Amino acid sequence: MPAFHNPVTIDGNEAAARIAYLTNEVIAIYPITPASPMGEWADEWAARAERNLWGTVPRVVEMQSEGGAAGVVHGALQAGALTTTFTASQGLLLMIPNMYKIAGELTPAVFHVASRSLACQALSIFGDHSDVMAARATGFAFLASNSVQEAQDMALIAQAAALEARVPIVHFFDGFRTSHEVAKISGLDTDQVRAMIPEAQVREHRARAMSPEHPVLRGSSQNPDVYFQARETVNPYYARMPAIVQGAMDRFAELTGRAYRSFEYVGADDAERVLVLMGSGAETAEETVDYLNRQGERVGVLKVRLFRPFDGAAMVEALPSSARRIAVLDRTKEPGADGEPLYKDVIAAIAAHVMGGGSRFAAMPVVVGGRFGLSSKEFTPGMAKAVLDSLAAERPQSHFTIGIHDDVSHSSLEWDPLFAGDAHDGTFQAVFYGLGSDGTVSANKNSIKIIGDAMALHAQGYFVYDSRKAGAVTVSHLRFGPCPIRSTYLIADGQAGFVACHQPVFLERYDILDKAADGAVFLLNTPEAPDSVWDTLPRRMQRQAIDRGIRIFVIDAYAVAERAGMGKRINTVMQTCFFAISGILPRDDALAAIKAAVEKSYGRKGRHIVDLNFQAIDESLAALHEIDVPKEVSSRVERPLPVPPGAPEFVQKVTGEIIAGRGDSLPVSSLPVDGTFPLGTAAYEKRNLALELPVWEAELCTQCGKCPLVCPHGVIRSKVFPEELLTNAPPTFKSAPVLGKDFPAGFRMTYQAAPEDCTGCSLCVDICPIHDKSNVSRKALNMAPQPPLRDPERANWEFFLTLPEYDRAAVKATTIKGAMILEPLFEFSGACEGCGETPYIKLATQLFGDRMVVANATGCSSIYGGNLPTTPWTVNAEGRGPAWNNSLFEDNAEFGLGLRLAIDKQADYARELLDRLGPRLDDSLVAGILAADQSDEAGVRAQRERVARLREAAAALDGHDARELESVMETLGRRSVWIIGGDGWAYDIGFGGLDHVLASGHNVNILVLDTEVYSNTGGQTSKATPRGAVAKFSSGGKPTAKKDLAMMAMSYENVYVAHVAYGAKDVQTVRAFVEAEAHDGPSLIIAFSPCIAHGVDLKHNHRQQQLAVKSGHWPLFRYDPGRARQGRNPLHLDSAEPSIPYREYVESETRFNMLWRSHPEDARRFLELSQHEVTQRFHHYKQLAELPWGEVVADPGDEPGGKD
Amino acid sequence: MVDLSTTYLGLPLANPLVPSASPLSRDLGMARRLEDAGASAIVMYSLFEEELREEEAQLDRFVHHHALGHAEAQTFFPESAQYKGRLDSYLEQLAALKSALHIPVIASLNGVSLDGWVEHGRDLQEAGADALELNVYYVAANGGETSAYVENLYVELLAELKRYVGIPITMKLSSQFTSVIYLVRLLEEAGANGVSLFNRFYQPDIDLDTLEITPRLSLSSSIESLLRVRWIAILHGRVGLSLAVTGGIHTAQDALKALLAGADVTHLCSALLEHGPERLAEILADMRAWMVDHEYASVAQLKGSVSQQHAIDPAVYERANYVTVLDSYTGAAGVRR
Repeated sequence: MPAFHNPVTIDGNEAAARIAYLTNEVIAIYPITPASPMGEWADEWAARAERNLWGTVPRVVEMQSEGGAAGVVHGALQAGALTTTFTASQGLLLMIPNMYKIAGELTPAVFHVASRSLACQALSIFGDHSDVMAARATGFAFLASNSVQEAQDMALIAQAAALEARVPIVHFFDGFRTSHEVAKISGLDTDQVRAMIPEAQVREHRARAMSPEHPVLRGSSQNPDVYFQARETVNPYYARMPAIVQGAMDRFAELTGRAYRSFEYVGADDAERVLVLMGSGAETAEETVDYLNRQGERVGVLKVRLFRPFDGAAMVEALPSSARRIAVLDRTKEPGADGEPLYKDVIAAIAAHVMGGGSRFAAMPVVVGGRFGLSSKEFTPGMAKAVLDSLAAERPQSHFTIGIHDDVSHSSLEWDPLFAGDAHDGTFQAVFYGLGSDGTVSANKNSIKIIGDAMALHAQGYFVYDSRKAGAVTVSHLRFGPCPIRSTYLIADGQAGFVACHQPVFLERYDILDKAADGAVFLLNTPEAPDSVWDTLPRRMQRQAIDRGIRIFVIDAYAVAERAGMGKRINTVMQTCFFAISGILPRDDALAAIKAAVEKSYGRKGRHIVDLNFQAIDESLAALHEIDVPKEVSSRVERPLPVPPGAPEFVQKVTGEIIAGRGDSLPVSSLPVDGTFPLGTAAYEKRNLALELPVWEAELCTQCGKCPLVCPHGVIRSKVFPEELLTNAPPTFKSAPVLGKDFPAGFRMTYQAAPEDCTGCSLCVDICPIHDKSNVSRKALNMAPQPPLRDPERANWEFFLTLPEYDRAAVKATTIKGAMILEPLFEFSGACEGCGETPYIKLATQLFGDRMVVANATGCSSIYGGNLPTTPWTVNAEGRGPAWNNSLFEDNAEFGLGLRLAIDKQADYARELLDRLGPRLDDSLVAGILAADQSDEAGVRAQRERVARLREAAAALDGHDARELESVMETLGRRSVWIIGGDGWAYDIGFGGLDHVLASGHNVNILVLDTEVYSNTGGQTSKATPRGAVAKFSSGGKPTAKKDLAMMAMSYENVYVAHVAYGAKDVQTVRAFVEAEAHDGPSLIIAFSPCIAHGVDLKHNHRQQQLAVKSGHWPLFRYDPGRARQGRNPLHLDSAEPSIPYREYVESETRFNMLWRSHPEDARRFLELSQHEVTQRFHHYKQLAELPWGEVVADPGDEPGGKD
Repeated sequence: MVDLSTTYLGLPLANPLVPSASPLSRDLGMARRLEDAGASAIVMYSLFEEELREEEAQLDRFVHHHALGHAEAQTFFPESAQYKGRLDSYLEQLAALKSALHIPVIASLNGVSLDGWVEHGRDLQEAGADALELNVYYVAANGGETSAYVENLYVELLAELKRYVGIPITMKLSSQFTSVIYLVRLLEEAGANGVSLFNRFYQPDIDLDTLEITPRLSLSSSIESLLRVRWIAILHGRVGLSLAVTGGIHTAQDALKALLAGADVTHLCSALLEHGPERLAEILADMRAWMVDHEYASVAQLKGSVSQQHAIDPAVYERANYVTVLDSYTGAAGVRR
């Protein structure tokens, strides 16, 4: 039985953050996945006034970017404070300039990094060492943790060693593996932490602080004469560093009994084949090596903890002298290098040893290198064994990859996916399929704590998330066992003793029982009666249940939860069932523990909820049934294909496989070389999330067009079409004569929803203004249960898609009804149900989609816009549509400007070529192209036709200029550049660039989807966050006002600026988009976007927009420089004076009203200030809008100082 | 000098004017002004079952279980250690009122369900409440419920609360009962120490622009006190528990009528919200003046002197208003039509 000292069950982020918090005075933070929780913990502890080792509360500050955080860290260190930060990936890259400075000045500090992939061909939030490897030349030391236990222990060792050595350290652990793994570890008590921190060196650090009492110059500029020498002065510090780190490890071992080595060898003393690697993969390697040695092999693994400074001699010393074959595994890729960094360090160290006459080895070992685990790719015992096996070959392959099938460069080693060793004999392994919002993950985290607390067992939990937000799937992998768990990989197929499916719809989507071991227990939440459940299971699943002797338990968890008054919250019910049938704890003990946990989490604040949970717990057992598993397969249910058979080949072979959860098996050749993917793929993925669908009542409808405008998922559409096309319509397809004189006679209007793409958010019904005169609850659009509608509506939708688009040039796009007839080129995104951002993007694609080029900042919009497997960005019947790219978070405005400049330059060049080729071309065609007015749809279309004719004409010409013209002539057609992102980008990290682009005068359209918080990373404060709102990093309410970005932009005078909220005034929104795009200069649309992070259900999305506008929080206006040029006031207010108290708005949202319960005095003060501000601001805008413009804009000659 | 003292729920009070549950008790300064103006006790603003439930649901939805299940956003709000639930705030305010005031403080519980919220009565008792007012309002919108079922609901709720507290309890009732005496007797048997007639609630109103239903509450007027006076008069002498009039007491005249009918105390709310706490002193002075003018020595003397049992024409309390009103337009016997 393991002995835990001071056991705690936490994840790697919390483990590292605890130590960082205890041992620092200033903490500068900025959110980035997967490191954000470290900053959140620090902020939360500071908000609770928890104290550090020295009895004082660390100062935690959120910055505008990681670059800013690193600057603060540098400054705070220079002023003598113990300072830290947390980051990952691009964030670490932004810190690099300051890291050189911090290290160059020999400043002790520790940066904690949840290491993550870098954005290359694509962004990835998952774990590998690309980021730390990119920072390895900064002069920081690099110390790796391989597990949650180590994330805590190394955090402390790093802090101690940095102080002693004066060399700053990057302490890193694998993002989403260690950072998010929940594990039971031995905690450290404050005395142990204190004992590790050298007080004398803390004081020395303070004594080196910049101070006017003993002033010095630091950060000088040096010349060729001395820079080089000065750079070499630090060598002794780096030379001492490895011994200092090992010394700290040794002191730590004395204090805690946990001994670590900078290079730690495990395995056979006489091993001939050895793996070398760092990070969580080392644990899997150790598990594998242990097993293989017990099978009689002689293998080993060297875990590298201290990567920089790299102590080659110590590394050689740590290897067994018997080593003949060494494989070095790097969790990073350095394209074009002849090996990755760790491999080259190892080979250099061994070569240096041998060349230096060292005699550690009888002969120079063969050292090969390979890559593994990029972006959290699984690294399993089978893979570790495959690498060891490959070393046994006569000429072991180097520069290999393991874990993928590389059929392009043939780098990959084969491995046995079924190889498992015996690490899990005696380990209980369980897999749970849940819906993101159903509480499965939190229940499982809670179960780990319960089991960890109740028994002397090791425990581990790992959670796999979906890339979408609406209807996201989560898979929880839990392990419990008497031995330390070194399995840093997911529970493999055929390994789980317990499998739970918390949502019956998953049976359609996943092969749930693939994970089940022989004799496993399967728990299914289903509304089916126990005696008829069997027939609803897919055939494959029935076969598996019979063959593997699986016991099946069923419960109607939704019914139990409903009866217990818990609505759709089934987590407690399913957790109870898990404990009841898994047998991991005695049933009564388990139930008592669940109840205790419920009481602990709700306590006094939710006694009623405690009671409801208790009731649910008690009722769950009665509702749980084991069903008989027949001997024969009888089901007629087959799992549907992930995408329809008619989909394009790429979609079937690649997208479909990723959708089906088989992306790991895709070979290298199936993926694009440069990250380029086809558009329109979201349409192939039918997720059937909606429990209810909107049903159109044609006879009530006035055809206002509001429902397609507000639909966040582009699901409900309108089309105007000639009546004769109805001949082939399905029987339940609805349409009505189109209303209004803008349309010809004999045309019909239809409103049709895509039934399998709808999320059921009901916003279309909410916005519908038409009521049945005799029954106000009946509207022109009403929600109705999905199941009976699914098939007929699918046929209707398919028919709808066959109807032609209405002539764009004949549509009045400034009316809602007209704009909504235009085809959206953004559909079925994975955004949250009821998302407040997506309607704006969809609107832009309706108006300009066929000519859009989009620069999209990282954030929610880049995730629902571009996270594989599918994309909502799509094309029209002509194949035109928005060209989309996400560069980074911080540079989106500049990226978009680059797109604009290239287009403009190429168009200029094309016109020059036209000039040159003019004599050989049709004069009228050339003149027409050069003089084209593309300000409306007809003009755009005419130019496209002219360019098409030009292409034919140019093809007939010989010569260089004709070929050149062909390559750039498409830019002669109007291009609409859109720069899209959230407030985190526009107000904070990207503001410098945004400001510069606004000032540049170039014709770009900037759409800021303002959710007033960092939505994508989980609700951290941005400068768009309003005063008094509670958000992460502002748990006491944001004390400062929201930045007035619009006012800043208006100060440039040539910028078109609009403040819009489509749910409050849709026509104003549409006008703003049309005017912004028409403005020949920079345009900025700041769009109010209700978000689930506001703490209000998004079915109230429109109400919140209306309250925001009515209260004055979100005034609507448009600032059009074009009006100024006509002698009119450019600013036009589109909303009336605030008509309701600001309080009425803020009390409707959790983000504001929770402050009244935690800090009522502050809440009152903030409210008063905010009320004052909104009144003042409106007054100010009103005054500006009422300025008599013609008189104000005087002759420049009269300006003071303009004469003489 | 007239003796204004009375006894309510077993509490000896200096006079029969007791501010009822209102926002005034949220503010210690206001409460002190009420006491200074002569209030003999104070009923705190209500601890609403609905509000507690809504708060729990909101916390549960947006703080405890706000997970999207997305890798990057597993929660959206920091869990604040300083967060104070409505119950805790209520208890703090109750304790603060107790220490700031010398007069008894009656805590008020407002709700209807039987699923455990009345347990909070124990917290109120522990926080120092001198008595509890249990304010129940049940809209029997389910066509299958009998009158007896609804009455029994009140009795059960009282019985449940009695399990948790030993301090006196008064039931604040709605006017929508067929047989008020019978119900009050049931409540008395179940242990009620008093009843308070009748509560006023939000009424749903239809917005003619949006056709939405909006709740509306307007301040009371004196005329509303007459319904209360009738039922107090009928109850007086027929039941043994304390009687309070609440709703429509704006003037000394209103209060005196209630006392004459048999009330032990009269509650004030709208009058104080409209005119401030000092209005209470004016009403008290007017009452005293009336009693001096009419040569009453004490409230005890006049209390119930015009109850149904003691009235000159007791049948008027029973007669339907319509007839009475018509009757009042009938000329005196000696007048020719």
